[in-house]
Amino acid sequence: MERISKDDVRHVAKLAELELEEKDLKRFVLQLDKVLDYVAEISSVDTEGVAPTSHVLDVKNVFRDDEPGESFTTEYALKNAPDEVDGGFKVPKID
Amino acid sequence: MERENKYEAVIGLETHVELSTVTKMFCGCRLSFGEEKNKFTCPVCLGHPGSLPVTNWKAVEYAIKIALALNCKVNKYTIFHRKNYFYPDMAKNYQISQYDIPLSSSGYLDVDMGNYTRRVGITRVHMEEDTGKLVHTGVTGRISESKATIVDYNRSGTPLIEIVTEPDIRSPEEAREYLIALRNLILFLDVSDCSMEEGSMRCDANVSVREKNSSKIGTKTEIKNLNSFKFLQKGLEYEIKRQIKVVESGDKVIQQTRHYDSKTGTTKAMRSKEEAQDYRYFPEPDLVPICLEDETIETIRKTIPELPLAKARRFKERYGLSAEDSRFLANNMEIADYFEECCRYYDNPKNIANWIMGDFSALLNKEKIAIKESKITPCNMCKMLEMVDKGKISSRMAKSVFEEMFTTGKGPEKIITERGLEQVSDESILESIIDEVIKENPGPVEQFREGKEKAMSFLIGQVMAKTKGKANPQLANKIIRKKIV
Amino acid sequence: MKNYNLYNFTANELNKKLLKKEITCTEITTDVITRIEEIEDRLNSFINIEKEKALSTAREVDRLIARGEKICDLTGIPVAIKDNICTEGIKTTCASRMLEDYVPGYDATVIKKLKGCNYVMIGKANMDEFAMGSSNESSYFGPVKNPWDTTRVPGGSSGGPAASVAAGEAICALGTDTGGSIRQPAALCGVVGFKPTYGMVSRYGAVAFASSLDQIGSITKDVEDCASMLNVICGYDKNDSTSINMDAPDYKSFLIPDIKGLKIGIPEELMVEGIAPEVKEKVLYVIKLAEDMGAKVEEVSIPGLKHALSVYCIISSSEASSNLARFDGVRYGYRDTEAQTLREMYRKTRTKGFGDEVKRRIIIGTYCLSAGYYDAYYEKAQKVRTLIVNDFKKAFSKFDVLLSPTSPTTAFRIGEKIEDPLTMYLSDICTLPANIAGLPAVSIPAGLSEEGLPIGVQIIGNILREDNVLRVAYSLEKAIGFDKKPGL
Repeated sequence: MERISKDDVRHVAKLAELELEEKDLKRFVLQLDKVLDYVAEISSVDTEGVAPTSHVLDVKNVFRDDEPGESFTTEYALKNAPDEVDGGFKVPKID
Repeated sequence: MERENKYEAVIGLETHVELSTVTKMFCGCRLSFGEEKNKFTCPVCLGHPGSLPVTNWKAVEYAIKIALALNCKVNKYTIFHRKNYFYPDMAKNYQISQYDIPLSSSGYLDVDMGNYTRRVGITRVHMEEDTGKLVHTGVTGRISESKATIVDYNRSGTPLIEIVTEPDIRSPEEAREYLIALRNLILFLDVSDCSMEEGSMRCDANVSVREKNSSKIGTKTEIKNLNSFKFLQKGLEYEIKRQIKVVESGDKVIQQTRHYDSKTGTTKAMRSKEEAQDYRYFPEPDLVPICLEDETIETIRKTIPELPLAKARRFKERYGLSAEDSRFLANNMEIADYFEECCRYYDNPKNIANWIMGDFSALLNKEKIAIKESKITPCNMCKMLEMVDKGKISSRMAKSVFEEMFTTGKGPEKIITERGLEQVSDESILESIIDEVIKENPGPVEQFREGKEKAMSFLIGQVMAKTKGKANPQLANKIIRKKIV
Repeated sequence: MKNYNLYNFTANELNKKLLKKEITCTEITTDVITRIEEIEDRLNSFINIEKEKALSTAREVDRLIARGEKICDLTGIPVAIKDNICTEGIKTTCASRMLEDYVPGYDATVIKKLKGCNYVMIGKANMDEFAMGSSNESSYFGPVKNPWDTTRVPGGSSGGPAASVAAGEAICALGTDTGGSIRQPAALCGVVGFKPTYGMVSRYGAVAFASSLDQIGSITKDVEDCASMLNVICGYDKNDSTSINMDAPDYKSFLIPDIKGLKIGIPEELMVEGIAPEVKEKVLYVIKLAEDMGAKVEEVSIPGLKHALSVYCIISSSEASSNLARFDGVRYGYRDTEAQTLREMYRKTRTKGFGDEVKRRIIIGTYCLSAGYYDAYYEKAQKVRTLIVNDFKKAFSKFDVLLSPTSPTTAFRIGEKIEDPLTMYLSDICTLPANIAGLPAVSIPAGLSEEGLPIGVQIIGNILREDNVLRVAYSLEKAIGFDKKPGL
């Protein structure tokens, strides 16, 4: 059974800001379908009344005090910037 | 008008408030305003690989304070979620926010509408982080016309509270009053400066229309950019009319996000996304749950001061003020405190209220300062009021004395002595002056005797002229009558 | 001229020599660098070799020792750092085109700790791109070869760290382990790989793959070095909210060569399907050794493990899809400069910046979190995760440790599984359960296959029971007596 279609992959790729060429798309659909088909087995597991686990440890209430730490300088913040102008990160026109 | 009366609006508001902590929500960078771009950033708020968030307790405390003040149930177990979407003002391309297990829910805010009270249900108050700021290059600064955008992450990670109401609001006026009441309330809590101008308080509205007395809810639109009380009201007014027109013409309202343009006073559909947003919320694995003890919540509750509505009710009862005056005084904590301080020195609250709402407010507005920054102490203010009551100065003089107190901070006695303004209330002094006036003005004296009340004003004017305005006019009036009738 | 092949020694052996002033750090570092120069073109273990920096640090450490300053086990020891751990001022690429030129502005907490004991950073080790892979073939900088047979993979994703330690290009290495990324390559390269309890080592500065599964750990030549590494890297960090707030113990104190009376469980689910006969044979041999030493060994069923790969696949991909969203060409890293609009820039940047395996996982993860699928995939996986955690709890109420193969097979050939992601994921079938439940686990060499390829056994402990894991590993290491080196 097909778990994931070309359209699904296209849609999800869009959400993830990825662009797949037709030939990659085909290959991906086959590979992902196989993976999803495998993992779908968990649907058969009875999880009635089972709480989901996000954290394996019972750690809670971790806070910091409202005290300033070290910040970068503007120059340092921009050190890795692919494009910058006037102290800011420059990006192309928003569409 | 007729057709508009057939309908009513159903409005819900989403308000974002930046908290005035010292540092950001999840890192130790200072909050900043108007600083050099990207100066207050670090690996965390720039979303650098490998960095991890740690929650600022102060921000949680402030959020709980707001939730409690809005009568919300504070959940003892709450977690953060990631809200995933790509946008350059978001350093990680996900926002740490809350989703189905928020900090608090099910509260309300009573909004005094003058002749009725609107109880607005609060769906939830939750915590999240603010985004950075985008500056669109080009002359107009609009996205559509710019060639590039500059991103500044100074604001990125600022603690943000989202307050969502139930669709309980029925008119643009109510929406406006709700937002004003919310702002006043948060200012009372001293957890945000709530400046709509500077963007530390922002508001979006969901609105639909339906036939009156219907329980159905129509298709809603979301209005963005309603960033002043006026724009909120105007934007909603426009949108409601627009929706009624659509419905009346037999069309259907389309669910969409619309942008309020303050220049034209209209709302425009934002470019519709090809597909609905899918935020792919999931529990933030880098943060652990917050489990609140009753004791913690109660300790925070104790820090909440008397809130505007309760204060206004108390002012009305205790000081016998009108509802309107009470509300005016109670809506601003500093003014309310000032008023009450005055009431300790001087026992005519109505008189204090009149001065605060009248001359004092006018001067404060003119100088654009807050009451606590003014140089007039409650004690001096009361001294002045007493001097008027005792006839030491006239109320006309009081105005100018008050102005000098405002500019110099001097006490009223000092000003009066310096300017020799003390009112002449000594009968013997006044009697000799009045004798002179009667002698010099036989005509008017005669006219008064003939019953022309106007002549009395002239005679008192003469007394005032001779005393350089210092005569007690009531006393002068009495003496003149005694002498010539 | 007394100090040939220092690269063959362990950190603790070198430390003794340093203390006795038989050798200097400069000599150790020079020797390791010479070794790298000799064999690196055959292995490709490193993305970036910090030769000059290493030598100058070594000289500095020598001065320090000469001044009589206190040294610890790792002082002056050349360590390879997996290239997804941030090092201030030194490129940290995650073996991706996306971060080819990225220079972090800060040190990961573990790096600060290592610097605190004056280690020598020898270089940034190669890995699968963003730690996604089990063969080191997904690196943008080319695959790492297995030192035991360079036509084979070293395992992954910490292939570089494992290969470098196995081949003497580093004395120890720091890796990250999300589903077996330390233990599986350690097994395939014949070295010791340790993943501590989730939360024992700060993740601050380790580029996240799957936040709830990732853990930094060590790759060393023996269990003693492993304890020395843990002594440095473990401990609470206020910058990592998931860090356990407790003092780390002295891990070396757990190196007790005695397992008499200890209860060892053999999870039957990890001994069946897909385990190569010679691997199974080796594990049975180790079990026999354990029994001979007086341990009580029994089979145990951990039924949830049947679903471990599915759970792992869903959770790790989902978290990864979100963690890797920040790579967008705005603040750092690769950007496609031809794009005219923002969305185009995002898409071109991410499409060209990420390799296939990363894209596949982002797509799976995005899918599992997307509207309409969240409940069936992500949330369901989190629930099944609870069942697995509970099953482990039950097992640990009866057993002190669990023992299994580390990898179902020995090192496979380069290219063999690259186009079949599912088969590739199955190479982590024995290791990923420990990540799902946050358990400490180690892989130690158990011997060689007939083809001369290393086979590892894995020892899994209960949460925070590193003591049992180290004790069993240390005892078995002694009993196994593995002393082979790759013939490079």
